[in-house]
Amino acid sequence: MPEQFKLILKHVDAPGYTPDIECYMRHGGYEALKLALATAPRDLPDGKKLTPKEVVREDVKASGLRGRGGAGFSAGLKWSFVDRRSGKPIYLICNADESEPGTFKDRQIIHKDPHQLIEGMIISCWANDVKLAYIYIRGEMPRGAKLLEQALAEAREKGFLGKDILGSGNDLEIYVHRGAGAYICGEETGLIESLEGKRAYPRIKPPYFPAVLGLYMCPTIVNNVETLCHVKHIVTMGAANYAKLGTPNNTGTRIVSLSGDVQRPGYYEIEVGKVTIGELINDPDFGGGLRPGRSLKAVIPGGSSSKVLKAGEVFKLNRKGADGQMTKVDVPLLDLPYDFDSLQQAGTMSGSSAIIVLDDSRSMVDTLANLSEFYAHESCGQCTPCREGALWLAKGLHRLSHGEGRKEDAAYLSHIAQNIQGRTICAFGEAASWPVLSFVKKFRDEFEAKGAADEEARAKATGPAHGTRTAASSNQH
Amino acid sequence: MSFAVPAPLEARLDELTTHYPQKRSASLMFLHALQEHFGHISDEAVEWTARKLGLTPINVHELVTFYPMFRQQPLGKTHVKVCRTLSCALAGGAEVRAHFCEKLGLDAHAHAPQTTSDGKFTVEFVECLAACGSAPVVLVNEDLHEKVTAAKADAILRTGK
Repeated sequence: MPEQFKLILKHVDAPGYTPDIECYMRHGGYEALKLALATAPRDLPDGKKLTPKEVVREDVKASGLRGRGGAGFSAGLKWSFVDRRSGKPIYLICNADESEPGTFKDRQIIHKDPHQLIEGMIISCWANDVKLAYIYIRGEMPRGAKLLEQALAEAREKGFLGKDILGSGNDLEIYVHRGAGAYICGEETGLIESLEGKRAYPRIKPPYFPAVLGLYMCPTIVNNVETLCHVKHIVTMGAANYAKLGTPNNTGTRIVSLSGDVQRPGYYEIEVGKVTIGELINDPDFGGGLRPGRSLKAVIPGGSSSKVLKAGEVFKLNRKGADGQMTKVDVPLLDLPYDFDSLQQAGTMSGSSAIIVLDDSRSMVDTLANLSEFYAHESCGQCTPCREGALWLAKGLHRLSHGEGRKEDAAYLSHIAQNIQGRTICAFGEAASWPVLSFVKKFRDEFEAKGAADEEARAKATGPAHGTRTAASSNQH
Repeated sequence: MSFAVPAPLEARLDELTTHYPQKRSASLMFLHALQEHFGHISDEAVEWTARKLGLTPINVHELVTFYPMFRQQPLGKTHVKVCRTLSCALAGGAEVRAHFCEKLGLDAHAHAPQTTSDGKFTVEFVECLAACGSAPVVLVNEDLHEKVTAAKADAILRTGK
């Protein structure tokens, strides 16, 4: 039986659990910080010696923790890229700009257990010699920002922040910084620009890798809310025990945001890879299945930017056999383990671990039109292919979903999307293109049928000449 | 000039400035605070912020026009932000917005924010509010309302929150 595994959400929603520091400490809060500060140096087999801070950094690497924000990159490796020889200050920013459509997991932590995040941040800052850190929270969470400010004041009061934390000789300040409604601030270099008081135009990489040239051109770590919480648990459990959670290369737990056409939408924490997409959707302890009489049409598996998966699809996944040999195995959509690697092998991504379920009552044209409007609104406008292309996609889809489609729209939309992806400074170009490319590819019949039906309806209403003229003139946007 | 920032607010903003190694970083937090106080960001607020942070007004103005939450005109006392994005749309977000508009005598088809003539309400379609599991959701000033029905929408209109 698939089960939830509550590590991060252990106390969230528990009766009587409140976001204040007293409650947090009654439940063992800030013990992991004390444990981290008391870390002993470690002797390595090759005679080298790791300092306590290096030990924690190595443990985060050894835990296999991968970023929970979207890219799924090794958190320990990300930390290891930090330029520690530059002599410049090192900054840490918590990315709390949760705005990938479908995602609402960080919101739970921020509003219901803010000290868990703060403890994870303090440990991460200590381990990385960070003396000044920020929580960049999206503007639309004003209550969350106030809760975090309150929680930071409480932590300061107890000596967990400020000068000489718990007598360790380490100083740290954390401040809350509010965004103002721009999705692009979730992109880490856009976020950094925004924190510098500018428009959130993402920076080009190379050379502007945050680990070297980040905030104020200083080495900077940007980690997601959930990722930073996991650091606390890695310290408490030990890297080896933490790595036993989940599956190889997909360790730990993950909070899945489930929404759309299921009976029990919500947030569910699982061991990564131990629960399948089918179980998440249908199990009574998770999504509880579709509404009566409905069948599955499609799954958006990792936030709105991930490529859509079609009901009935079967994927070829690499599996290690008993003899240690890798073989290709057929895995149907509903049996896909929900983890980073399986979804990548299925041609999509687990992204921000947000699943949006679509049943057979949904029009894929209307669904994609909704998403494309989002991307047209959120393009920062810095790169021409994205600024113009995202808008073209939205306009084309608006037309197609409002009775003004053409047979060739399917090809037209793919063509535009192909000319955005790979041609922009940041991954927003892909985020805007991938839904279009995958929707049109996998549901091409539906897109073409809609365009043909629109043409036919126009021809019937006004005669064929007008229909042709509309098609030609609408090509000019 | 009628534009005046009260001393306690200015003191709070001066303290905020100390959170950052470079003053310019405080821009967004300044604009949030000024918008909360004055209801919108006027040209005077832009100039004042620029002066305080050692910037030129364009450095601040370009933030006001870039970030969707900042507004250059006063809006209604109660600001109703209805989520437009997919999960909410699947759960009837468009119908919720239409209901607000109908009850307030606003155009349900207009996309831009609309304010009632008495200045009490503004209704706006916004992008994903990160609460998709309890769609459709509506942010009313600072309060998130989840699984919003017509009845819940009416209650929001009655109480203004």
